[in-house]
Amino acid sequence: MLEPIKVSLESLNLITLAPMLIAIIGGLTILTIDLFKENLDKSLYVMLTILVILIDLGATLGLAVNERGFFDVMLIDGLAIVTQAIMLIASMLFVPLALTSKRFHEYSYPEFFALLLFMLAGLQFMVSSDNLILIFIGLETSSLSLYTLIALHNRHNSFEAAVKYFTMGALAAGFYAMGSAILYGVSGSLELYQIAEAVGSRIDDTGMLALIIGGAAFLLASFSFKLSLFPFHTWAPDVYEGASAPLAGYMSIVPKLAAFVVSMRIFEMLIDQGVVWVQTAVLVLAVVTMTAANLMALVQEDVKRMLAYSSISHAGFVMAAIAIATTKANTAVFLYYGLFLFTNLGAFAMLWVSRHKHQIHHARFDHPYEKFSGMINIMPMGAVVMALFMLSLAGVPPFSVFWGKVYIMSAAVDVNMVWLAIVMGINSAISAYYYLKLIVYMFLKEPSKQMKQETVYYNVSKPLMTILGLTVFVTVGSMFYVDPLIEYITEMVQISGF
Amino acid sequence: MSHILSVLIFFPALAGILGFVVDKRSAKAYGIAVAALEFLISIWLWMAYDSSNPGMQFTEFMPIISQFGISYNLGIDGISLFILILSTMITLLGIISLDEKKINNMKNMVVSLLFLEMTMVGVFAALDAVVFYLFWELSLVPMLYIIGAWGGPTRVYAAIKFFLYTFAGSLIMLVGLLVIANLYHDISGTWSFNLMDWYHMGIREDLQFWLFLSLFAGFAIKVPMFPFHTWLPHAHGQAPTVGSVILAAVLLKMGTYGFVRFSLPLFPDASVSMIPFIMTLSLIMVVYTAMVAFAQKDMKQVVAYSSVSHMGIIMLGTFAMNAEGLAGSIFLMLSHGIVSGALFFLVGVIYDRTKTKYMSEFGGLASIMPVYATVFGVILMASVGLPLTIGFVGEFLVLLGFYKVSVIGTIIAGSTIIIGAVYMLVLFKKSFFGPVTNEKNRGLTDLNGRELATLLPLVAIVIWLGVYPKPVLGPIDNSVKNLLVTMEKKALTPKTKEAIIISQSAKEVE
Repeated sequence: MLEPIKVSLESLNLITLAPMLIAIIGGLTILTIDLFKENLDKSLYVMLTILVILIDLGATLGLAVNERGFFDVMLIDGLAIVTQAIMLIASMLFVPLALTSKRFHEYSYPEFFALLLFMLAGLQFMVSSDNLILIFIGLETSSLSLYTLIALHNRHNSFEAAVKYFTMGALAAGFYAMGSAILYGVSGSLELYQIAEAVGSRIDDTGMLALIIGGAAFLLASFSFKLSLFPFHTWAPDVYEGASAPLAGYMSIVPKLAAFVVSMRIFEMLIDQGVVWVQTAVLVLAVVTMTAANLMALVQEDVKRMLAYSSISHAGFVMAAIAIATTKANTAVFLYYGLFLFTNLGAFAMLWVSRHKHQIHHARFDHPYEKFSGMINIMPMGAVVMALFMLSLAGVPPFSVFWGKVYIMSAAVDVNMVWLAIVMGINSAISAYYYLKLIVYMFLKEPSKQMKQETVYYNVSKPLMTILGLTVFVTVGSMFYVDPLIEYITEMVQISGF
Repeated sequence: MSHILSVLIFFPALAGILGFVVDKRSAKAYGIAVAALEFLISIWLWMAYDSSNPGMQFTEFMPIISQFGISYNLGIDGISLFILILSTMITLLGIISLDEKKINNMKNMVVSLLFLEMTMVGVFAALDAVVFYLFWELSLVPMLYIIGAWGGPTRVYAAIKFFLYTFAGSLIMLVGLLVIANLYHDISGTWSFNLMDWYHMGIREDLQFWLFLSLFAGFAIKVPMFPFHTWLPHAHGQAPTVGSVILAAVLLKMGTYGFVRFSLPLFPDASVSMIPFIMTLSLIMVVYTAMVAFAQKDMKQVVAYSSVSHMGIIMLGTFAMNAEGLAGSIFLMLSHGIVSGALFFLVGVIYDRTKTKYMSEFGGLASIMPVYATVFGVILMASVGLPLTIGFVGEFLVLLGFYKVSVIGTIIAGSTIIIGAVYMLVLFKKSFFGPVTNEKNRGLTDLNGRELATLLPLVAIVIWLGVYPKPVLGPIDNSVKNLLVTMEKKALTPKTKEAIIISQSAKEVE
């Protein structure tokens, strides 16, 4: 007979699970409320969700750094805390975008908010573990919730988007499982630190390198799907187009950041163990992604699709930091996403403000460039706000994304990859064209006939205005808080040993 | 007043934001008032400036990103002082010149000009590479809008070309700046983008070469050096008068100023070894654009190409590596700003009245618009470098300085000034003398009060500084010598030390 396993409660260190549990309990509470009383207004759920996320954030920031828990599969290091904080802040900005003046299908279901919280819990698990199975569970929990969130938008192209994303996600999950299986075969463990040891000691054995590279290749393909890196990016523009604008903006930040952290843990571990192939492959992926996505963004006719390609290109930028793999580069990943979050979410929120239930501007697109032409003459503030977001995305100083770009470029220069910094510079210059195109439409073209205050501010409401104001403020005033931000992130990254 | 430079930078920006509230019909008056105050503050700066001190004055320092060595670091010396005053003055005159009947959406125009003024002052006052880069890039945005919103028929193309060209060049420059910061970090262990720290850092000669090229990409496009000048004729051709004026008078100076402030003192060895390269490009630029100018039918294009041609002479002076040439080229930056600014104003005057810029449409204008013809004549003389005008002083000093570097180059450049005289005089003859060829022109009115208020200060400066350049040349000369001393101290090879000549002062030739 087997001995019963004795586990003391203290050794489990259950407090490490607190943030995720808060999100899950929050989601269940929302479902329970719906069970008892139907037809409550969406504003109730929005506020409840924000409160839950706020408590979650408090719990996350309250955790001690570099703690392990729950049979040592949980790892609360600096990376986990910073990532969770960024994801939670992004979620808090995202949720109020549900409070539009027009009624949209998905927000009438409380399930939307419950799913969002479940997704957050999944993402939080994903980033605060170095166990390949827990990462997988987190990844799948969050992805399944996200597919449903997309489909809830209830348009035929959002179903298409959800199914497309689901198929691609399933493929990515398969790749992930195969990659982890190979690494398990190499090391006999699913803990990343044990895999690192095994890889380090066995890398010179005959045939071992091929096996490790094979495992890394599967994992890289899997994360390339998640991060929409070229050539695994093809789902992204369609999915972004099908999802509602805020959700598209959200997708370009939060799930990607989680995937970045996991790639950081896996690939930088391999690079650190001397698997040069991984570094080369990541670099190639990064450079090709930022360039190809930029070129494709040039020819888009729809602003949302343009922003989709642009965020693919930004992901390429950040992926380069993973290949550089220094403390500075890792800091730059969080800095970039921390700043990009506000700008990108703001830009998508501007699209959301002008979103109509029917496609009145164009037979195929919701947000063709023509929709914004001459906006400066009718709504100067709206045009200026959108232009600020575009300039920030293009990397014009002193707006927020510039600091992220300059930090990554500097990290590249530090490790003597000047060519990489130049490629980044050229890509920024190319990207300036399509951001400028929107500015040109807004500022320099004649207004179209349909261009009226009511048509563009169709969906506006006080909460949306508040979120926009906040994002503009953060985008413009970045100069004043980048210093403490870099200091905090650097410290957290250093503690985690990256 | 210890924060006078910060006031100079942010006062117009703040006024621009508040300007959104001002009523449309009062926007121009508001703009003039703000720009005049700004101009007066810059004059105060000049009065408070200590001419005997060649170093940085009115310095301000405040860390922005201490982790990364980026700080808000300002200061001016004799080199930047007058370009700064030039930019506040040209902005003021530019706003005065705006015609309320012709410019629709005056408020947006005034606000853009005020923002542009902030970025221009910021570029010339910044002593931190990142802050410099920040204002440098930011200056593109209001200019993009000014060209794109009030320009000619293909304005959007011209505006985007202008933006993308400069943006691409300056991103390469940014990589160069990051490499320098990295080198500084390797040497001293701390991060710094402070230009004053960089001045004391020795850089290996081969690295100097590559870094010089990366900064060259940013500056040369802005100047614009041949063959990167192709954006300029479009920008000038399409820009509204005030846009062309500020572009030619101030924005192009950012490029040459960048060479003086960054390339020369940071990479003395590379700069010296690049003299033949720069000389060739500059001479091609001087001769080629002068010839192109000669072939133009459009009056504004003549002025645009002649302006590029003169920028070539400024480049020659900058790379003469002696006090005469360098001081001359800085003085020439000022005189070029005033003269080409005035010329674009003048072309704007006739374009407003006749809606054409083709010289064939004019002829005999002198008899119809005598005051206009006189003002045009004076500015034209300054442009071709007639003694006792502002154009002569700078060109003479540059040629004198460059004579020590290359006799042939000086002869080519000097003879081109004669070609310059030819095409400008041809322009003058075709348009102003002889019988009135176009009957439509008979009814044209002479300069009105608004135009006189714009042009007469420029004419006065043209003559004043032509006759008595000392108050301006003195501080410039001081700081230039200081710069050359820094360069010589830093120079690694004896060849470089030999090429840099500090001793003789520009004062002796006055």
